[in-house]
Order: sequence, then structure tokens, then C-alpha cells
Amino acid sequence: MEIKIDLPLTAEKVAMIHAGDTVKLTGVIYTARDAAHKRLVAMLDAGEKLPVELKDQTIYFAGPCPAPPGRCIGSAGPTTSGRMDAYSPRLIRDCALRGMIGKGERNQAVIDAMTECHAIYFAATGGAGALIARCIVDAEVVAFEDLGPEALRKLTVKDFPVIAAIDDKGGNLYRR
Amino acid sequence: MSEKIKIKIASGSICDSIRTIPFAEVVEAVRLCCLSAAVNLPQDVLASLENAYKNETNALAKELIGQCLENARIAREENMPICQDTGFAVFFVEIGTHVKIDGGTICEAITEGTRQGYKDGFLRKSIVSDPLFKRKNTTDNTPPIIHLTQVPGDRINVILAPKGGGSENMSALKMLKPSDGRAGVVDFVVESVVKAGGNPCPPVIVGVGIGGTFEQSALLAKKALLRKVGSENPDREYAELEQEILSKINASGVGPQGLGGDTTALAVHINHHPCHIASLPVAVNINCHAARHAGFEL
Repeated sequence: MEIKIDLPLTAEKVAMIHAGDTVKLTGVIYTARDAAHKRLVAMLDAGEKLPVELKDQTIYFAGPCPAPPGRCIGSAGPTTSGRMDAYSPRLIRDCALRGMIGKGERNQAVIDAMTECHAIYFAATGGAGALIARCIVDAEVVAFEDLGPEALRKLTVKDFPVIAAIDDKGGNLYRR
Repeated sequence: MSEKIKIKIASGSICDSIRTIPFAEVVEAVRLCCLSAAVNLPQDVLASLENAYKNETNALAKELIGQCLENARIAREENMPICQDTGFAVFFVEIGTHVKIDGGTICEAITEGTRQGYKDGFLRKSIVSDPLFKRKNTTDNTPPIIHLTQVPGDRINVILAPKGGGSENMSALKMLKPSDGRAGVVDFVVESVVKAGGNPCPPVIVGVGIGGTFEQSALLAKKALLRKVGSENPDREYAELEQEILSKINASGVGPQGLGGDTTALAVHINHHPCHIASLPVAVNINCHAARHAGFEL
């Protein structure tokens, strides 16, 4: 089924999405990958306030190319999500993170946290960075600028094509 | 370092037939190479993806391969990197015995060209200085990785194969026993690719290195990725082995992006090398569908 979803997500919106659905996302997402996740979790450990409110938000595991002249961002495809497995359950449980976009399978700890807290995981097409960049209408660095490509960015997307890969109801496209 | 032995040579002379290339020319060629490799998917890879698109029977998989093709077209037309992971700049360099670079070494020229190319092309800087502790971005995508070979003649031949981290992370190497034989090789390669699932951005190209030493097998696997997709291995036994491994990988159903389908790999390329009587090293280096390379000769 193809569904259009306006972000931010809610538990009700997540309830409507099933693994296998093709989804077009419109609204705000945040990019964060390895180094940004490490910092976010370190901040939680230290009891500090995160640079962005993650409740009901969607994190896109990505480190885009620099923006060429006249564009808001360079190529911006997903990175391998498995490397964020060590951090995602914490963000889902402690911060009510609702959505994640990346590529590849997640581990059981992430899936358990998603089921328990009604979060969803979308797969974007790895290696389709130029195509995905067309869906990004605005981009700004909101934290960790020193990390370069790994900085935390706020993106505004329009009809970002993804596939619901793992839902909160036990649906999992990777385990067919 | 080990102690150097002292050797006296009888005589030496200066050869006058050495060709000289200015340092800046090499730098510029490398810069242009970086720019081109990031945005232009080679024709053989495109043709292979088009073929996979035609033959794929799973609807979602077909759509995903279609996106890869569409992405390659957009990248070329809009001069945007095919993938945001513009990779570790890996160079294979053949330098003639009768050529000299005026103003620096070949490695210095390649490093400078990489620095300029990644900056000018708005390519991603993906290299961190210390792998374990600081992990601080070097901000110019240097250092590159350079594999240098000396060949007869007065030419310099360079191939750049930018390598993304997602597919590189799924590489594997195993020192098999000679008694493991052909079946052992098939099992290890198929298992490595299937276990990688959607992580290396399938449909992938699988480079396999068999023989040599531990490190040589890895290099053979990486070099195998440079072979034209769709070309046949000139050695019949290895050609058959490639086909068998490819069929088994595609029968796994991993599919594009690991979401199911007939097309997990576009090709399996094997390189082999003499090895020790005790050994059977096998290395697997996986490339994503954005299998980029570009080259030049000076």
C-alpha cells in the first residue's frame, strides 16, 4: 500500500503503517549518524538537555555531501542502520523517538524497543543519494557542527520515498 | 624495522631517456578523476542494472533497481554525487620505469589531487584521522589509499575506485585449509554476502581474491571489483566458479536493499594468485551498486 504521511509522527500514525508499505514522508526529519548518536547518548548519561526535542521525531541515519552552489544540500542517501543499534533503544525509550530512516536490518534490542514504544523503522534506498536530495527542500545544521558530515541537521523533506521495513506490530521485511 | 644488509654495486650510470611530467599535471588529472568518478556511473554497471531491472520478478525489488537507475541518471545530469558516501579514495597506480614526476612524488601528487577534487566537487569528507580514539575528520578526505606497481615504459596509469564504508564493512577474509577446496570457497563467499543482507546496498558486485598471502588475497579481491561487469573470467574453471557462486547468492532472496528479490548480486569476479603449500586464503570485498571508478593515463 502507498501512504502519504505528514511529520511529525504520532503513535496513531505509526499504528496505520505496516511493514511493506511504501510511504512518502513530508515534514521535518533530523540527520544523525555514528558520532552524533554517541554524543546524544553521552548527553543523556550526563543528564544534559539534548540540542533538539526528539519526542515523536524521526531520525534519518545519513551524512550528506556538502551543498553545491544553488542547492540546500548535496547527495543524501541513508547509511547502514545497524551501527546505530547500540544507541537507538535508548533514544526510543528515554526520548520517545518515533521514527528512524536508514538501510539494512536492525537488531532485536531495537525491535523490542520499537514494539514497546510504538516506533517505526523505514528503509530508504541506499546509494540513491542524488534522487533523495531532490526531496529535501531545506537543510540546516542544528548541533555538532564540528562533526562535519556527521553533524545533526534539520531537514525539511517533501514526499521522501521510503519503505516501512520494520513496524511496531511484529512486521519485518528483512525476516520473510 | 629490520636491519639493512649492505650491498656494494659495481657501477651506476644516469639514463637520459627518462620522461618528466610536471607535478601540477598529475595533481590536475587526479582532481578531475575524483570529480568524474563521483557522478558518472560506468556504462558496464548501468547496463548490468538495466538487465537486472528487466529480469527482476519481485515488484518492490524492481522498483528499487529502477530508483538506482533513476538516481544514476539524475547524478549525471545534475552533476551530483551518485551516493553521498563518496568514499575512501583508493588508487591503483602503475608507474613506468622511465617516467619521473618533476616537483614531488607520485603519492604526494595523488594526495594533493584528492584534496582538491573532494573540495571542488563538494564531495563528502569521510576520513577520520585516528581510527579508535579521536576519530577526528581530516576535513579534506585525505589520506588516499595508494597501491603502486612499477611497470616497463614511460607512462603513468591511474585508476581511482572510491569505496564506500557500508559495503567495505561487509568484507571478509578467511584462511581456508587446502582440503576445504572449491566447496569451501563457495560456502564462504555465499555466506559472507548473504550475511551482509541489505547493509552493503545490494545489488552488489562481489570481488573475490583466492590465493597469495593474507594481505595479498584482500588486494586481489579489491582489484577484482575493477573488472568490467558482465565480462567473463578468461580461466574456464574460475568462470564456472563465478557463475555457481552468483547463482547461489541470487537464490538466497536477499534482494535489492535486503528487502527481497531475485537480484542480490550483479556479478562475482574472482582473481587468483599462487599460494603457499599450506594455505588457501579467500577474501571477499563487496561493492555496492554504485560501483564507481575512473582513470587516466599520462
